[in-house]
Amino acid sequence: MVEQTKVTTLDKVVIRFSGDSGDGMQSAGNIFSTISATVGNGISTFPDYPADIRAPQGSLTGVSGFQVHIGSGKVFTPGDKCDVLVAMNAAALKTQYKFAKSTACIIIDTDCFQKADLEKAAFKTDNPIEEMGIKQDVIAAPITQMVKACLADSGMDNKSMLKCRNMFALGLVCWLFNRDLAIAENFLREKFAKKPAIAEANIKVIHAGYDYGHNTHASVDHTYKIETKVKVPGKYMDISGNKATAYGLIAAAEKAGLRLFLGSYPITPATDILHELSKHKSLGVTTVQCEDEISGCATAVGASFAGALAVTSTSGPGVCLKSEAMNLAVITELPLVVVNVQRGGPSTGLPTKSEQTDLLQALFGRNGESPMPVIAATSPTHCFDAAYEACKMALEHMTPVVLLTDAFVANGSGAWKLPDLAEYPAINPPYVTPEMKGNYTPYQRNPETGVRYWAIPGQEGYMHILGGLEKDSNTGAISTDPDNHDLMCRLRAEKVDKIPVADLKVEGCVDDADLLLVGFGGTYGHLYSAMEEMNQAGKKVALAHFVNLNPLPKNTAEVLKKYKKVVVAEQNLGQFAGYLRMKVDGFVPYQYNEVKGQPFVVSDLVTAFTEILNK
Amino acid sequence: MSEYTAKDFKKGQPRWCPGCGDHFFLASLHKAMAELGVAPHDIAVISGIGCSSRLPYYMNTYAMQTIHGRAAAISTGFKVANPNMTVWQISGDGDGLAIGGNHFIHAVRRNIDINMILLNNRIYGLTKGQYSPTSPRGFVSKSSPYGTVEDPFRPAELCFGARGRFFARAVATDAPGTVEVLKAAANHKGAAVCEILQNCVIFNDGTHESVYSKEGRAKNAIYLEHGKPMLFGENKEFGLVQEGFGLKVVKLGENGITEKDILVHDAHCQDNTLQLKLALMEGPDFPIALGVIRDVEAPTYNDAVHEQLDEVSAKKKYHNFQELLLTNDIWEVK
Repeated sequence: MVEQTKVTTLDKVVIRFSGDSGDGMQSAGNIFSTISATVGNGISTFPDYPADIRAPQGSLTGVSGFQVHIGSGKVFTPGDKCDVLVAMNAAALKTQYKFAKSTACIIIDTDCFQKADLEKAAFKTDNPIEEMGIKQDVIAAPITQMVKACLADSGMDNKSMLKCRNMFALGLVCWLFNRDLAIAENFLREKFAKKPAIAEANIKVIHAGYDYGHNTHASVDHTYKIETKVKVPGKYMDISGNKATAYGLIAAAEKAGLRLFLGSYPITPATDILHELSKHKSLGVTTVQCEDEISGCATAVGASFAGALAVTSTSGPGVCLKSEAMNLAVITELPLVVVNVQRGGPSTGLPTKSEQTDLLQALFGRNGESPMPVIAATSPTHCFDAAYEACKMALEHMTPVVLLTDAFVANGSGAWKLPDLAEYPAINPPYVTPEMKGNYTPYQRNPETGVRYWAIPGQEGYMHILGGLEKDSNTGAISTDPDNHDLMCRLRAEKVDKIPVADLKVEGCVDDADLLLVGFGGTYGHLYSAMEEMNQAGKKVALAHFVNLNPLPKNTAEVLKKYKKVVVAEQNLGQFAGYLRMKVDGFVPYQYNEVKGQPFVVSDLVTAFTEILNK
Repeated sequence: MSEYTAKDFKKGQPRWCPGCGDHFFLASLHKAMAELGVAPHDIAVISGIGCSSRLPYYMNTYAMQTIHGRAAAISTGFKVANPNMTVWQISGDGDGLAIGGNHFIHAVRRNIDINMILLNNRIYGLTKGQYSPTSPRGFVSKSSPYGTVEDPFRPAELCFGARGRFFARAVATDAPGTVEVLKAAANHKGAAVCEILQNCVIFNDGTHESVYSKEGRAKNAIYLEHGKPMLFGENKEFGLVQEGFGLKVVKLGENGITEKDILVHDAHCQDNTLQLKLALMEGPDFPIALGVIRDVEAPTYNDAVHEQLDEVSAKKKYHNFQELLLTNDIWEVK
């Protein structure tokens, strides 16, 4: 008779699954986050995978990690360090241990800590736990052997059996957190609907992992539970940032009544947008995988001229190549959405890692006076709204728009309440009117918005020419007249400046903060968590997080000047701080800058911000 | 009969140098469009940058002068998004084959249904006289004062290498020949490359001299016509025969050669070997081939894209955003 284990209730917990890149860690992590989200927990996930597709098995460079943060309420980040670390082999323990809290529980597969494994992971002794000075609880389970034993009668070959190891670890974690396996079962049966034998094998192994924990107490004295405090009723799905971006584009096209066109070239970490959109032909989405990044943007400009909602998706190095065609969209005043999933730079840089280093490129990285709206998504799920807004802005204001996301936001995921498209604002492009027939010229503008009218080719009576050469503001003919060029530069800039954007929102100690945190885009969750933690510690901190970077919210200066101390925190060497200083007279913020390719660490932020407060 | 005349497609006053080959070509394009009978508002003329890329400004159609080298890519996006429009893409040899070389070969490979006009004067005119990727080896220009040390592209070779299904050639001053070629290109479904040999009176005068005049063409060119024997010369006294792996010029009546020994042109032959040989013929040993050299049917990219959209759409159960959402794993929090 097994003694009942004590159950401790937790507010939040961070679990990191790690193993060889072929070990299915992303999948195990995904299933665990889905199970948790299903019961109403807040979730935030972050895959941390190597740049190599399949590094040598068991090697240090081939370790793939997946971190999931689960909370009784809303969670904003995938968490700094983990409470549970699953290390499926020696290399994973070696590289991932640094992400474990001092109180963490560590689960290892002892079968993958044999002599050869230890050598590949560059251990010098045969006791890796001691060698690394690990003091935490370690559940050392012969996972591989148990999986093989469990599937001995399944008729599966060795390789297929080994593919189920991740499910054993998942089962063990489910036991540790008292998770209901029924949800995992449903998930697997759906995922392997065409291969029921595989589904059943995986389910059997999950149960084996769960039972192993239950029967042995797996050398821990208690298990945990995460209750759900605040439930927002509704239908949910788990969605990654890239998928949410793709969905936002699809939704905007439908709302605008236009065909969605994507011109793109594969590039990490943006390619999933191309993958996602190329699936949805039944929604009329056209994707062209182009010969290069240049063509990705150029085909989109052509499609925009032809009357589609045109998009090109890429990452920073791709934007370098697209900037010429983006500028063509500026001068021809055609709608275009450029999605930049930022990664580490310069040059090829850190392709799978995350930074905010393309801000100034988005704002200014083109020749000439080239005003372009820029929007930054704050979280995986927010990518949907940000993409929708980018499309609406591009179509209604006849301008290219840059949507900045980043590898962290794009690959991370969160529970997303399914949107009701009826609640989203209408999208009304400034189409030509019948009255303009016969006397239309392309640079006639709406006097209020400064936006030109859109004549989609194929209509009689609206023929016109667009082009990269400067045009006369009235006739649309080529013009090198100095005053006309000056005027056109101003008209294009004013048009962008006039785009209405939401006011900057301040959260936290709105009225009496001693320190205002300022950030943009994908760092929202970390900055919010830092603020929350500091406020709980009795410090007066507020957060103003930007989505609209150009044009800036109208109340920007007012907000930034209201607080005694302001710190701009960003994952670059100060691009946003510099931009704000250019835009807001006399604004001199503190700066927190980090360019590590990794998400911010909340505890580091709290330390740094506390220091600023104490100055 | 078409309801249009050349005038319906004309706009503005061209600003090319007097005598520039572009003037001749533009007139032929207007004439060809009138004869083809497609309404001006159903046509888009899209160019890059360069002297010849000014052409869209003189077209009473929808038009776009874009950026250097990108006309083929922009035309591709345009045609895919709006397949009912007829698209003419205008480039020069620098625009199309140097800075835009990658887009050129891929547009040809994809077989997007656009008419790709390559105005070849073997020089950069707008930047005032640098050698181009079609300038012959040793060519002296402002940027090659001691002669170039590189071999040129031969546009036909590039087109065929990219699996081109249509290649035609005309001389800008030869209006009937140009109009014929343009009409054939328009009637061809797929990427139709037309090399137009044109003179730059300022920086490369005389580059196509041997075939630029009617008399020159009578001597030095051969007009290829599908199904017709390959005869040329002022009195059609010469012909082409195959010899070994190559072609050979023969004179009718000499060595017992009669018309039935002469090769008959087959523009529709899938195998492009002989067509390429014809396209690469050069003086003084061979005549320069004019007319439609290759014209082979193949599925077009834009048709295939839209057929796939329809096919997949018929199979899938979701056709709007709300239905798309429901294809995911969804849970409900109550």
